[in-house]
Amino acid sequence: MNSARENILKRLNHSAVPSSGEVPLFVPKYDWTQAQKIEKFSQVIQAVHAEVHRTTKADWLATLTKILEQKNVLRLLMSQTTEVGKEVVANSSDAIELLEYEQSMETWKGDFFQDVTAGLTTTKGAIAETGSLMLWPTIQEPRLISLVPPIHIAVLDAANLYDTFAQAVQEQQWADDMPTNALLISGPSKTADIEQVLAYGVHGPKELVVIIRE
Amino acid sequence: MNNPNQQFVQFEQRIHNALDNDQVRKNFRHAMSGLMGKRAMAFADDNELQELRSQDRLIRANALLKLPQLLEQLEAKLTENGIHVHWAENGEQANTIALEILNSHNAKTVVKGKSMVSEEVEMNHFLEEKGITVTESDLGEFIIQLAGEAPSHIVMPAVHKNRKEIARLFHEKFPHIPYTEDVDELTLSARQIMRERFEQADAGITGVNFMVAETGTLCLVENEGNGRMCSTVPPLHIAITGIEKVVEKLSDVPPLVSILARSATGQLITTYFNMISSPRKEGEKDGPKEVHLILLDNGRSHVRMDEELLETLRCIRCGACMNHCPVYVQVGGHAYGTVYPGPIGTVLEPQLSGLDKIGTLTSACTMCGACAEVCPVRIPLPKLINRLRSEAVEGKHGVVGLRGQGSLRKSKESFIWNAWQWLYSSPSVYRLFLSLATRLRFLAPGWLGPWTRYRSAPKPAPKSLHEMVASEGYDHE
Repeated sequence: MNSARENILKRLNHSAVPSSGEVPLFVPKYDWTQAQKIEKFSQVIQAVHAEVHRTTKADWLATLTKILEQKNVLRLLMSQTTEVGKEVVANSSDAIELLEYEQSMETWKGDFFQDVTAGLTTTKGAIAETGSLMLWPTIQEPRLISLVPPIHIAVLDAANLYDTFAQAVQEQQWADDMPTNALLISGPSKTADIEQVLAYGVHGPKELVVIIRE
Repeated sequence: MNNPNQQFVQFEQRIHNALDNDQVRKNFRHAMSGLMGKRAMAFADDNELQELRSQDRLIRANALLKLPQLLEQLEAKLTENGIHVHWAENGEQANTIALEILNSHNAKTVVKGKSMVSEEVEMNHFLEEKGITVTESDLGEFIIQLAGEAPSHIVMPAVHKNRKEIARLFHEKFPHIPYTEDVDELTLSARQIMRERFEQADAGITGVNFMVAETGTLCLVENEGNGRMCSTVPPLHIAITGIEKVVEKLSDVPPLVSILARSATGQLITTYFNMISSPRKEGEKDGPKEVHLILLDNGRSHVRMDEELLETLRCIRCGACMNHCPVYVQVGGHAYGTVYPGPIGTVLEPQLSGLDKIGTLTSACTMCGACAEVCPVRIPLPKLINRLRSEAVEGKHGVVGLRGQGSLRKSKESFIWNAWQWLYSSPSVYRLFLSLATRLRFLAPGWLGPWTRYRSAPKPAPKSLHEMVASEGYDHE
């Protein structure tokens, strides 16, 4: 369809379009302290039905264990090679089966879709203004860990909290090197397609649990 | 629909059908009031909103200004990233491209994310005819696909249906699922039905909300996770969108994201914002092995040829204009008889299909201006509707890209207006008319076409104001 391409571009180059002004960079500036950022993030993401646990780097495993027990997680999918993953493995008990995403999705799709209770991922940070987690899935932590299991547990280091999406994109220099897939996740999967009534877990996780490590 | 009269009759018929359906009107009224309230709450700070609207207007205007260069940059960048780019001048080409890609993979089952552009080219219908099974995976789209209907709203496609209708539909199509009107249970049923289809689909087809030329990135906005499923689980992902959806830089995206969901549903942001820049890379364990993008023109390059009408293409498809439209809320999306309803549809559709085909749509506007007030990219919708109305009857402007100019001109109507002009521009003729009109008032018709269907006909007074002033003088009190 090369001719389609040429025809379209010819029409576009042909038309006289007036010039527009320069795009001003308007980044809403908040002067939130770190504590206010955490507070704002937690409040916004909880309002859309996510669960937030604030803890420290020293205590977070205890928090995780409690969450897993409480939610009766039997099979947890996560990378065992990230720093977070190594800590979980070192601290694991026999009660929970730890699964690693070792093979390509095609080889274990059936089991993956039916029998994994929860997925745990790290995050690239979060956005306070909109209560959004930023994920850049990797070879160790593929895209579907945060989508297929009914529960998604995300580990967030409070140091990686930004005021706005614009600020994160700028300061983390996203434009230089975009990954295969970059994601903002703001709450569990939901729909309001029936009478604007909110229902959770329509296709993705029914529960989103955020562990903030301060 | 080439005959203008037939166009009017069909449009009127659809409007009457809509107005006669109390249930659908109730469903719309309920939904639109809710959406207006939620939007207002999401923009608590009006200064921030107005600044953001100005910024987003400029971002989109800048992209349209540089459109040919940006599309070439986008194509080069996507190709470098490993995404295949296809160009389609019209729906038929777009569908053929999609079919050829599917056939080359021997793909028979497709799961689809919500895409208004795919509705525009009637892709489902085309693919089904070629023996491919297509399942809409957005819950609203799934519901209307089951019902065999078209979307009635660009963001909430099944907004015209209430839960009872949906419950009956589910039970009829899936008899093994017990009848329920519980929204959570209905949603759970949809999840179960869809999970299997995601897992087994040969390909996923989705739309695109923004494309970034700088990085070669496709952005998808959604709440359910079905868009992520369609673009991650099947081995093949085909994205389709209009050529106007490109923006120049990645830094243009956050201000658009910031306004889109708030304008549409009153959410601060949607649950998922999904940015795709390449197919599965070496060593990665999921994601499609091949990603294709179909860039659809279908009249857009013609719209861009006019300085004023090109503003139409700034649209980011939030639906706020229809949520706030007093006409849309009464008649609903189906009455428009087009893919895109409401104010943006009224502006876009006659430009895509021609004023001769669907120019009557421009009469579905009260010029109240509510749509322009809420538009996140400041499209002057009433002004554009007025312009199209004038093009449809005058057709003097000679716009390059517009089809069907002057096609709605009616000889009787233009005779009446010409006579009116003549009458009012000559004092002696005007005086003669006035004295005849008052003295022969008993001859005034009681029926004036559609005007008197819901109103009584005006009857001239026995004496004109001039005569009364002459005989009684002014009251100077």
